[in-house]
Amino acid sequence: MSAGARAIGAPIDRLDGALKVRGAATYAYEWRLDHPAYLYPLQAEIAAGRITRIETGAATAVPGVLAVLTHENAPGRPPPPLRMAANRKDPEVAVLQSDEIAFRGQFVGGVIAETFEIARHAAGLVRLEYEAREPDVELRADRDDLRKPRNAAFFGAGGGELQDGSPADTAVGDVDAALAAAAVTLDATYATPTYHHNPMEPHTAVALWTDDGLTLYCSSQGVHEARNLLASAFELDPARIRLISPHVGGGFGSKVYPSTYLALAALAAQLVPGRPVKLALTRQQMFSLVGYRPASIQRIRLGAEIGGRLTAIAHDVVQQTAKLKGYAEQVAACTRTMYAAPNRRTTHRVAALDLPVPTIMRAPGEATGMFALESAMDEMAIACGLDPIEFRIRNEPEVDPESGQPFSSRHLVACLREGARRFGWAPRDPMPRARRERGWRVGTGVAAAIYPSRRLPGNAATIRLGTDGRYTVMIGAADIGTGAWTVLTQIAADALRVAVDDVELRIGDTALPLASSAGFSTGTNCWGTAIFAAADKLRATLQSEYGGTVPAEGLEVSSDIPDNPDMARYAMYSFGAQFAEVRVHEDTGELRVSRLLGVFDAGRIINPKTARSQLLGGMIWGLSMALHEHSVIDARFGHVVNHDLAEYLIPTNADVRSIEVRWLDEDDRHVNPMGSKGLGELGIVGTAAAIANAVHHATGIRVRDLPITLDKLL
Amino acid sequence: MDVPITLRVDGSEHRLTIDTRTTLLDALREHLGITSPKKGCDHGQCGTCTILLDGRRVLGCLALAVAHQGAEIVTAAGLAEGDELHPLQKAFIEYDGFQCGYCTPGQIVSAVGMLQEAAAGWPSAASADLDADDVVLDEDEIRERMSGNLCRCGAYAGIVAAIAAVAR
Repeated sequence: MSAGARAIGAPIDRLDGALKVRGAATYAYEWRLDHPAYLYPLQAEIAAGRITRIETGAATAVPGVLAVLTHENAPGRPPPPLRMAANRKDPEVAVLQSDEIAFRGQFVGGVIAETFEIARHAAGLVRLEYEAREPDVELRADRDDLRKPRNAAFFGAGGGELQDGSPADTAVGDVDAALAAAAVTLDATYATPTYHHNPMEPHTAVALWTDDGLTLYCSSQGVHEARNLLASAFELDPARIRLISPHVGGGFGSKVYPSTYLALAALAAQLVPGRPVKLALTRQQMFSLVGYRPASIQRIRLGAEIGGRLTAIAHDVVQQTAKLKGYAEQVAACTRTMYAAPNRRTTHRVAALDLPVPTIMRAPGEATGMFALESAMDEMAIACGLDPIEFRIRNEPEVDPESGQPFSSRHLVACLREGARRFGWAPRDPMPRARRERGWRVGTGVAAAIYPSRRLPGNAATIRLGTDGRYTVMIGAADIGTGAWTVLTQIAADALRVAVDDVELRIGDTALPLASSAGFSTGTNCWGTAIFAAADKLRATLQSEYGGTVPAEGLEVSSDIPDNPDMARYAMYSFGAQFAEVRVHEDTGELRVSRLLGVFDAGRIINPKTARSQLLGGMIWGLSMALHEHSVIDARFGHVVNHDLAEYLIPTNADVRSIEVRWLDEDDRHVNPMGSKGLGELGIVGTAAAIANAVHHATGIRVRDLPITLDKLL
Repeated sequence: MDVPITLRVDGSEHRLTIDTRTTLLDALREHLGITSPKKGCDHGQCGTCTILLDGRRVLGCLALAVAHQGAEIVTAAGLAEGDELHPLQKAFIEYDGFQCGYCTPGQIVSAVGMLQEAAAGWPSAASADLDADDVVLDEDEIRERMSGNLCRCGAYAGIVAAIAAVAR
């Protein structure tokens, strides 16, 4: 590509592709360090209570065992450098600091040995005795101890009641009066189960202490955020902790906050000074140690006039959280912005249980909330005698109903219309069970998608221009499969007005400038804007101070992310329309999603190739949510029963049939200088509802509790 | 118990002494530093550790190294000839058949093995005629035959397109 050509918008191949197709990209566990030791974790065998006795003799006696780590000998009290904070800021991350057990599977120690096989064998020889309490792990809407969430934003770091910083409850107008007066009403309850992220790469780390401090080679969606969590939990100077994570084998939210495995590896490495300690969670361990999407029970009430104008929307959410640490996601937040009903109310309540700590998972809140809202919208369209697309169009707001602000861009109606055209929606007979093909009932469904374009604090970029004319762009960002390696290079090339080949990107290291985590679909927005600002500054500095000639020592500039005053003036969201066709076998209830189409409004697309993949992936997550995923929690013992990939089902290649992604040609410069909006999470939003709506169309059966398994269709 | 074994990996011979409990996958990754095959579940449920073992695709996590004395192993790293990538590797890049890249070496090795199986006339659950001499690798066949390799990023559309392009 010649200099000056536009890299943004070009479908260029992933720059990390040649490494990844050979298996040569270095993931955390693959760093080659001399003389490593292996750590195998010990996990609590009760869900609530305390440890009364630990017998490590048999394990210690195994040749090759170097140490057995438990709360009794864990560094952290008091010898530095891993010293416990006087005020524990994060009770989850500060592992092994007491005898208390908060959930089944919690870390209670680990065995460090010369080899993985020895460590694993010896871990089985450690005996623990407990004083157990009866665990309380069942989420029900009729519990008498439901409470309003508090201080849940970004795990307490951001204030606010919900994880996104928004209030738990909102109310506009008089919902009860409007519902009482409405010509058409709906009152329905929807439920979503617990889900686990299950990135293909397990959570792994190699921890090494030297005189300079702690180095962790790890698998992280945000090295700076993880470093700060560890530093805070153990009262360590952040400057003495370095996290390195250039390649991440998927995260989906599970590699942002859950940092207990990093803490365990760091503690273990203290016991074997000078030796790197390797820790890889097993697939089974990942079901209790790295977060999950909490189950939800959602009651939705809608009221409408004859003709289909909504007069009232109420969305009341009950979700689970952990006793150990609070978490509450913004399940009903989308309902505040989607439709123009004059009377609206949303509430969120949590049940604190003896379960592991939930965390963000792809579109946390929006994914589950929009399943309920968009299912309810389908039910209400039918009740009003309207086509579900037409019903949504009639309730399209002019401005953000909650804030009264204009949208920076909102093309939901255009997505619905373009999708209807491509999908062949027009001839649809709205009657359920109308279409049969060779023993299969066929149905189609539609749902809307929304995802906020947020900006996270704490981003800066540095660009160095060498005398060879090459640019090194540095920011502690992460590529978890999003395409950040490629997309950020494209952004830098255009911002610097040079060719992609002239730019070398460095990410995934706390030694690089501060970056927010890969989450909330903010990566391109935050990191890209920081890079844009640094590029502007570099070009200006080169002209004003050096007359355009690179000085002999090269030139390096840094820039924080500039303020965006439009964020206070506009409501910023991506939108989309999801279409699904399903086939349900008349005799067996077997359910196949034969077609999926998503049409999206995500602003300017930086790289059509990687963007398409992200949206496809999100839609497959929605399909998975609709049909496959369900973490079954044993009410007696508090563990996930189906804790492996044979029992916790995710889609295989054969589960995904025709799937198509389109987007509108848009450009939203209110959001950022690239004109892009977030799309990493948009694809999952609404997909499960579109499929559930299609299942209703095919069968006449309305499934309000996910997943839609065949027993619910017989 | 430790035992000496010899493995031939991607054309190079390696002698090593291993614990009899060591899987072929861990022998490659931890003892030989050959990390092209990945560990995703260690239980034979995800396919990230797929290797060619004496010409056939197998899961390295379900094989004990001690049972494969003298075996010939090919990983995704061994498919390329120097800087020249294997046609499937090029196609995975062109059709964006991956996102995070962790399942990718296993997907590609699995596809190499799958194409050989199809060429040999092996039927699959998607085959209409189990006795047919020639397998037509349409999308249904590719999806079915590649379903032992999970991709959590959901890159299946690209994976199928990449394999179909090479199979043509």
